[in-house]
Amino acid sequence: MSILEYNGGAVVAMLGKNCVAVASDLRYGIKNTTVGCQMRKAYPIHQKCLLGMAGLATDVQTFLEKMKFRVNMYKLREDRDIKPSSFGNMVSSALYENRFGPMFLEPVIAGLEGDDNTPFISSTDLIGAQCFTDNFVVVGTASEALYGMCESLWKPEMEPEDLFEVISQCLMASVDRDCNSGWGGIVYILTPDKLITKELKGRQD
Amino acid sequence: MSEYSFSLTTFSPSGKLVQIEYALNAVQAGSTSLAIKATNGVVIATEKKQPSPLIDHTSLQKVTILTDHIGMVYSGMGPDARVLVKKGRKQAEQYFRVYKERIPVSQLVREMAGVMQEYTQSGGVRPFGVSLLIAGYDESGPHLYQVDPSGSYWAWKASAIGKNMINANTFLEKRYTKEIELEDAIHTAILTLKEGFDGQITEDNIELGIIGNDHSFKILTPSQVKDYLDEVE
Repeated sequence: MSILEYNGGAVVAMLGKNCVAVASDLRYGIKNTTVGCQMRKAYPIHQKCLLGMAGLATDVQTFLEKMKFRVNMYKLREDRDIKPSSFGNMVSSALYENRFGPMFLEPVIAGLEGDDNTPFISSTDLIGAQCFTDNFVVVGTASEALYGMCESLWKPEMEPEDLFEVISQCLMASVDRDCNSGWGGIVYILTPDKLITKELKGRQD
Repeated sequence: MSEYSFSLTTFSPSGKLVQIEYALNAVQAGSTSLAIKATNGVVIATEKKQPSPLIDHTSLQKVTILTDHIGMVYSGMGPDARVLVKKGRKQAEQYFRVYKERIPVSQLVREMAGVMQEYTQSGGVRPFGVSLLIAGYDESGPHLYQVDPSGSYWAWKASAIGKNMINANTFLEKRYTKEIELEDAIHTAILTLKEGFDGQITEDNIELGIIGNDHSFKILTPSQVKDYLDEVE
C-alpha cells in the first residue's frame, strides 16, 4: 500500500462560469479503520483562492501551515493577495524542493484571478509536477472513480448552483466506490463576491 | 583570521554615519545619470565619459538590463554597480522560478536596497559607492526608483544623480509635466544631459535606455541615439 493511501481521502476541483468549486470527503482513517469523520481537506488561502490536499494527513497539515506562512509573508511584502496561478507555482516549487524526500500529498488549487475573476484550477503530484486544465482536477484514493464521474457530468459554463450540484454528485457517487474515503463531504463554491460552504450528508458505513 | 570583523560604518557623536556621506561623495563625483517617467514608459540617460580617446568606447556600458522588463543605470563606481547588477539579476530570476511571474519593480528595488543597507551595517565591508536609477514597467504601470548607498529608496517622476545632479534636477523640475509621453521624455532627457555637458554631445558619449508599454527594456544603439540627437537639434 502506498503511503499516499494510508489515511484515505478524496478531493476534486471544478471550473464553472466565473466561479470555481472544491469538494472533499470527510473521512480520516488509518488504513481500513475509520478514526474520524469531520476532516475537511480543502482550505481557503485568501478571499479568492482555495487549496485542497489529499494524502498523508500529517504532511497535509504541515504543508498547509507552510503555505499559510508563505502566503501571509507574500501579502505583507507585496501588499496584495497572491494570484491563484502564482500560488500554484509556489506550491509546485515548494514540493519540488523536497524532490528526494517528498511530502506525501497531492494538492489542487482553485481560485479566481485578476479584475475580471477568470477562474483557475490546477493540481500537482507529490513532487510538484503541475497539471493545468479548464474543466476539473481530482486527487486522492477515489480519483479513478472521480475521473469517471467528472468526465460524464462536467459541462462548460456552469453557474454556481449547477456547479454545486455537479461537483456534489461526482463526489458522493465516487466515494461510494472507494473504502478509504467517504463519510460525508464538504463543498466550497467560490464566486467573485463570496465563498459558499456546504456540508453534504453521506453514507456512514 | 577571526570569524568576524567589526563594521567600519559607525555613528559619529552627532549621529551621522560619515562612511555613507563619503559614499555619497563618490556618487557625486560620478558622471551624471537621469531618468524620466512618462505616462507610457520610462527613459534613462547617462553621460559616458571616456577617460582616454584610445579606449574602445563600444566596451563601455552603464545602462544595464536586470530582467526583461527592468533596467537600471548608476552614477559612481562602476565595479560596485556590477555587484548590484549581479545580485539584482539573480533576485529577479529567483522570483520568476518560484512564482512563474515577472517580479514587480517595487519588489526588485526593495531587494536591491536591502543589499545596499546590509553593506552599511555588516563587518568587513564598505557601503556601495553608487546611486541607482531603476526603471521598469509591470502590471501596475511604469515605475522609476532611485536607490542611494544608505539603502533608502524613493519613487520619482524624474530624477538626476551624479556630478551635475543639482542643475539637472532644477532643469527637470521646470520641464516635467504630468502628461509627458515617452518620445517627449526622451527629448527632455537628452536636453537635460546637454545642459551640463562638457563638450559636444554625440551618440558615443551618452547612453539611453527606454521601456515602453511593450514591457521590454531596451538599450538604444548608437545609431538610434543619433536619430534622437538629430531630433532635438
